Order: sequence, then C-alpha cells, then structure tokens
Amino acid sequence: MRKSTLLCAVSLAAVLASPAVAQELTIGISAEPSALDPHYHNLGPNNAMRRHMFESLLLTDENQRLSPGLATSYKPLDDTTWEFKLREGVTFHDGSPFTAKDVVFTVCRIPTVENSPSSFTVYTKGIAGMEVKDPHTLLIKTDTPFPLLPNEVAAWGILSATANGVTGDIGFSRDGCTGIDSYPKTEDFNSGKAAIGTGMYKFKEFTRGEEIVFERNDDYWGDKGAWETVTFRPITSDGPRVAALLSGDVDMIDNPPLQDLERIKSEGFQVAQGLSNRVIYLHMDQHGEETPGITGTDGKNPLLDKRVRKAISIAINREAIVERIMNGVAVPAGELLPQGFFGTTPGAEAEKYDPEGAKKLLAEAGYPDGFGLTLGSPNDRYINDAQVSQAVAQMLTRIGIETEVDAVTASTFFKRRNAHEFSMYLAGWGAATGEMSSPLRALVATPDKVKGYGGTNRGRYSNPEMDALIDQALATVDDDKREALLQQASQVVIEDYGILPLHFEVTPWAFRKGITYVPRADQYTLALGVKPAG
Amino acid sequence: MLVYLLRRLGQSVFVIAAMAVLVFVGVYAIGNPIDILINPEADQNERAAAIARLGLDKPLWEQFLVFVSNAVQGDLGRSFVYSTDALGLILSKLPATLELAFLALVIAIFLGVPLGMLAGLKPDSIVGKTIMGGSILGFSLPNFWQGMMLILLFAVIFKVLPSGGRGETVEVLGVAVSFLTLDGLSHMLLPAVNLALFKTSLVIRLARAGTREAVLQDYVKFARAKGLKPRRIVLVHIAKNIMIPVVTVLGLELGSMIAFAVVTESVFAWPGMGKLLIDSIQHLDRPVVVAYLMLTVFMFILINLAVDLLYCALDPRVRISEVSA
Repeated sequence: MRKSTLLCAVSLAAVLASPAVAQELTIGISAEPSALDPHYHNLGPNNAMRRHMFESLLLTDENQRLSPGLATSYKPLDDTTWEFKLREGVTFHDGSPFTAKDVVFTVCRIPTVENSPSSFTVYTKGIAGMEVKDPHTLLIKTDTPFPLLPNEVAAWGILSATANGVTGDIGFSRDGCTGIDSYPKTEDFNSGKAAIGTGMYKFKEFTRGEEIVFERNDDYWGDKGAWETVTFRPITSDGPRVAALLSGDVDMIDNPPLQDLERIKSEGFQVAQGLSNRVIYLHMDQHGEETPGITGTDGKNPLLDKRVRKAISIAINREAIVERIMNGVAVPAGELLPQGFFGTTPGAEAEKYDPEGAKKLLAEAGYPDGFGLTLGSPNDRYINDAQVSQAVAQMLTRIGIETEVDAVTASTFFKRRNAHEFSMYLAGWGAATGEMSSPLRALVATPDKVKGYGGTNRGRYSNPEMDALIDQALATVDDDKREALLQQASQVVIEDYGILPLHFEVTPWAFRKGITYVPRADQYTLALGVKPAG
Repeated sequence: MLVYLLRRLGQSVFVIAAMAVLVFVGVYAIGNPIDILINPEADQNERAAAIARLGLDKPLWEQFLVFVSNAVQGDLGRSFVYSTDALGLILSKLPATLELAFLALVIAIFLGVPLGMLAGLKPDSIVGKTIMGGSILGFSLPNFWQGMMLILLFAVIFKVLPSGGRGETVEVLGVAVSFLTLDGLSHMLLPAVNLALFKTSLVIRLARAGTREAVLQDYVKFARAKGLKPRRIVLVHIAKNIMIPVVTVLGLELGSMIAFAVVTESVFAWPGMGKLLIDSIQHLDRPVVVAYLMLTVFMFILINLAVDLLYCALDPRVRISEVSA
C-alpha cells in the first residue's frame, strides 16, 4: 500500500514536471526585468519584456531595421517636422481605440516616472512639439534637424490615454502637459492594473523572482501570437538554466554558456546563434602624459603615439581569440558595428595579425624593449571577458609590452574605469539604435556635456575631424548622405587606432525540438519570435 | 529577569546600528549603482539626473543621515532597482524562504536523529560506519555541487522532479505557500534536501556522540538491569537526553538557513530572500542589502534570546545570571 502511494506520487510529480503542453511556452531568462512599467528602466531586460505588451510607432526587426508598427508610414515634411501616419483599427487590451492622443500621452508621461534608475527621456528629449492633425496623423517637431527621430520613437512603448483617465485633449509641452489628471505609477504596471498596451500578448501574472505570464491578445492587429500563454522564468545561474532546459521544465533559454553548447546539441536540443550589435573593444588612455597603468617609460604615455596603438592592434590575434576562447561563437571586428548595419563600411575587415610588424613599430616609436601595462577588465559582464583579457595580455607580452590583467567584478570595474584608473581597458558596447552614430558618439567623440558626446569615452580619445563629421551626420536627415558621413567618421577613428575593436559577440539561444527562433542582433529574447516549427 | 531582557535589548540596538554603518559604507565602497543600472546610451546629463533621483549625489555622511532619520521612523528606504519599499520587498520573499527552511529542518531532524542514534548504538558495524562516512560527504561536498548533482540526477536523468522554481502556490491568510500543493511540494523537495544535507550531517554527528555517551551512563545500565525492553530504553530514555544539544544547535542553524540559503536558492531559482540578497549585491542595491542584513541581525538576536530562555526552561540547573549577561 505504502509503496503504491509513493509510486503514485512520483509518477504524478513526473506528469507535473513534464514539458508544457502545446500552445504554452516557457522561457528561462538570465536577467529579470526590474519592472513591467515600459518607461521605468531603460535597460535590456526591461526593453525586451515590454515589447510583448507595449508597441512603438516603429518596430525593429531582428537586424534592428525599422519596420512599420503603430505607425504605417513616416516622412520628414521639412528639416524639423516629421509626419507619422498611424495605423487604423488598432485597439488596446481594454478595447479602447488607438489614436494620436495616446502617443502624446506617452511622451508626456515618460519624464514623470518616479525614481527611474535610467530614464527614457534620452529618447524623447529631442521632441520639441507634437501636433495631432487628425486621430491618425501626428506631427512631431524637433529643435534642429534630427535624423534619429525614427530610431528613437522605436525605443518607447505606447500607453493608452483613455485607459488612464484622459477624456479631453492634451496640450503638449516639454515642461509638463495639460489635460492630464494623473499618470499611472510603476506599481500599477507590476500589478497588471495599468499594463494595457496594444501588443501581441496581454498581462496575466507577475510574481517578482518567480515568473511573468502573458496570454495571447486575440484582438491583435497583426498576425496573432503563436502561444496561448507565455511564461518567463528568471533563472540567473547558468548551470541551473541549462538544467531546466535539459529536464524539459522550460522550452527555451537565453545565454546558454558557450562551453555547454555541444552538450545541449548532443542531447537533442537546438541552438540558434546570431551576430549581435555588441562589440568588444580595447580603449586606451589618450588624455595626457600622466597615465596610471604604464611603467618603464620615464613618465611618458606611449599610448599617445599612433604607432604604439597600431602595434598593440596588430599584435592581437583576433582569429585565435574567437576560435579558442569564444569557441568560434564570435566574429573578429574591424569596426564598431558588424557589416550590414547602417554606417558601416562595406568590406571593413579585422586587423591582420602581425607580431613582427608590431615589434618594428614599437622600436620605431622608441620602445624597442616595450613597457609595462595594466589591462583593466570586468570578469562577469561580457561573454568570457576575463579570459579574453588574459589572451590579449599574453599576446602583448609576446611583443614586449609586459601586460598584467586587473579583472574585477562589473560593479567595481565600471566605478574604477569611470574614475580613469585604467590606462587600457576591455569593455563592450551594444548599439541600441543599431547604427554607427551610437558607438561613435558614446565611445570616441570628444566628451561634451551639451552635445551628449563621449559619455563612455573613458580613454578620452579626441579627434576634432571626427567630431565634425558626427556633428554633420547628426544634422543630415537624408539617409544616404548621413550614412556616407558616418562611414567616413568610422574610418577616421579606425585608421587613427583611436579605439581597437576586438570581436562582435554572437548571441546563442537554446530550445527544444519543435520550435524555432530567429536570433536578434539586439540580444533580446522575445516570445514574439518563437514559433512552432513547420 | 527584566533587567536581563532590557540589557539584551540595549546590546541588540547597538549591534544593529553598528551593522547598518558597516554595510552602508561597505556597499558604498564597492561601486556606484548607477554604473550598473543606467543604460550606457544615457548621456552625461541623464546620468547626473539619475544619480540625483536616487539621492546618490549627496556626500556619504548626508546619505547616511537621511537613511538613519528615516530608519528611526521605520522606513529603511526604497530599492534603487525596483523602486519599492526595501523592507516590504524582503518580507514579500520571506514566506518562500521560511517554508523551505522549515522543510529542511524537518528533514534534518527526522533523518539525522535516527541515523545518528543508530550509528551511536552500533559504532563498529557496517551500518554505523556507512552512516558516518555519508555524513562526512554531507559536510565536505560543496553545497552548490550537491545542488547541481541533485538536479542532474532527479530532473535531467530521471525526470521525476522539477529542476527549479516554486511551482503552484496557494494563498493562506494572504500569503502564497507551496507546501500545500503536490506540485509545490515536488518543487520544494530538491532544494529542501540540498539545504538539509549539511544540517543532517551535523545532527547525525551530535546524535551519535550523545548516544555513545548516554549508553554508558548509569541510568541506562539501571534501566537495562530493571529488565526494560531495549526499544524502550533507546526511544524514551536515550532519545530524550540527547535532544538538548540537538535542539540548541538546530535552533541556531535555522537562523542561518533562513538568512543565508543563498546558494540553494540560486541553484534552484527559488524566489526567496537569499536570492534577493545576492541579486541586490550584484546590482549594488544598497537599501535592500542594508535592510536585509539589519533584519538578519535582528532575527539572530531574537533567536539567541529565545534559545537562552528555552534552555533555562529545559534544564532547571541553568540560571540566567544577571551579572554575566
């Protein structure tokens, strides 16, 4: 009797633990969003999650190209005015129709979010005025020619004005809109009360640390969702996340560790890999003679010399790093964005490995015996980051630059990097807008508070020629002309060895047989793109 | 007695305050939470604005003063990451951790005591040696590895238990618990065993030592001479007497199971307080870390106090000395 009860319990547990039945999708994710409020925290996990419920005027496809979303078309009327034609017949999850007023309401709400750790105002501050021409035509005005407006409107999800109690018209002003009584609070989204968007999936349940559950929106304007319910389960540790996939508890996981990919495939699971928009690069202190991590040069900073920077670049065997440390799951980089993205130069290749040439260049620059260098690196931020730094250090030591690696946890690394404590450091950059002005502006433009340049240029590289090209590009609305300017700016910095791109990360996803996923360059894990195979 | 309690209370306040200062300064020294939280695309102005929103633009002493003046009124601050009340956030995770710790405690007692007594009664038999050998493994294998092996064995190879998560929950008095549903229990089993393994080994050792000591004592010899059945001698006379050290140690271990089940909760993606703590440390979410550790100190003080008082109730020979307290 007792034995049979036990058997019964075990088999029942087995049934409960078996893979979810069809129409249900469970995804194990490595990072949990901090809130379901689409405007609370401008960071990857949040931005990915909100796309299920809230849509933008324009959507980004898997290669970050813009495609029509809640706007069917857009065009610049003049240098500072854009016209967006909005999609008709779209309804929010509560049944209210989508109109231009909802867009104005959203832009009004974004600056009012309380305690936001990273605000979406970076994507709305360029908007100087908004005018509702008719319910499905919206004019957006900017102060200066602003070609990135379409990319920026794709970055924020649209809320319903009606569902949030707006009855009359809204008067838009940067300093606070009129006609709005109150804005929804972040908690209201987490509880589901305000989680009303137009997206393919609707809010069902959210328990922090446990799961986020969506259900299919049967009134969706586009192709209906493939799953009746979608559950995201945060499993932050790598091993347990892989185990959850192998045991059939989840159908799909993101960021499986590279060293486990073979095992996952051999157990009959599938892996999809896609080139990401994230470049791993080395940045070098080019501020002045005084630099903290260099020894044996009598107080001089050799990194100010272009020949030394070039020597460092050609001393690094990028192919070897990709093959041996990244298990082939990366692509050597010759620019700050992979080929095919807006603003990249066709045919730009990664630097050729040439240790002999590097030694010659060092001797020419007056360092025949090399010097000592400390390379700063995070050890838990990018894929195999500390190992890549170790490899770079060995390669540099081979040409005479005695390199030591100072690898620390991300929180400490960023603090020290931002305090300019490293003469050279390894870091990564993902271009959220998917075009060249993003890495150029942030990483290599001369730091300038007013223009918002050089926010992450901790090597303090400065090249007026390139700054001027970026200025010009950011004021050129014509796409072809802007692309040519960005290509030029990118080549200027690459040829000057102002920053050394190493490789582009390739993002893997692993999932069970019977489903497919198209890899995304923005590294987002979206149930929207998971389809039953066949 | 009252003086004793008051003095303990005074000490407790001091310990909690010292803890708050240490953690506050410690987390401040690690790094700047903004570097982790903000989107790298944000420019310098937005960065400065975000720092101001979280109150990180003020000097450390001023931030600390704000924290203290709020803490005195019972407000331990808002989480930088989630923008919710830090204490509320921690308490919302408490039930999950509590039920896991109690299940582990039950496993440790009901597995550890009988096995330990068995090993104590027959120290030279194969059974006794096997039990002791097993307890060494329980002690020495890393918790993380044990957890992964449990998952590999029961979830990946045999597929009888889920690999992680909390499973189905039911609301009892407004609190979601797992142990009342079969699905919830199946999710709890592996993490609870993982958490219990070390404690079980500890209990086995305590029970064995106690048993070996007790069998040689006069009252056991007397009971045997009186003709009592061996079963009664073991289950009543010996068992009762070895329980005092076991209870004392387990009481203290319960505290550490609740507060620091970090490894188990991470491995099994169990949404408890330990996982919250480790995530908060990674995000440098100072209000949560500080509130968590203050709460932990408070809990340990309470448990210690309870154990002291219990001990005195259990063993009439123990008196609380007002001088040495």
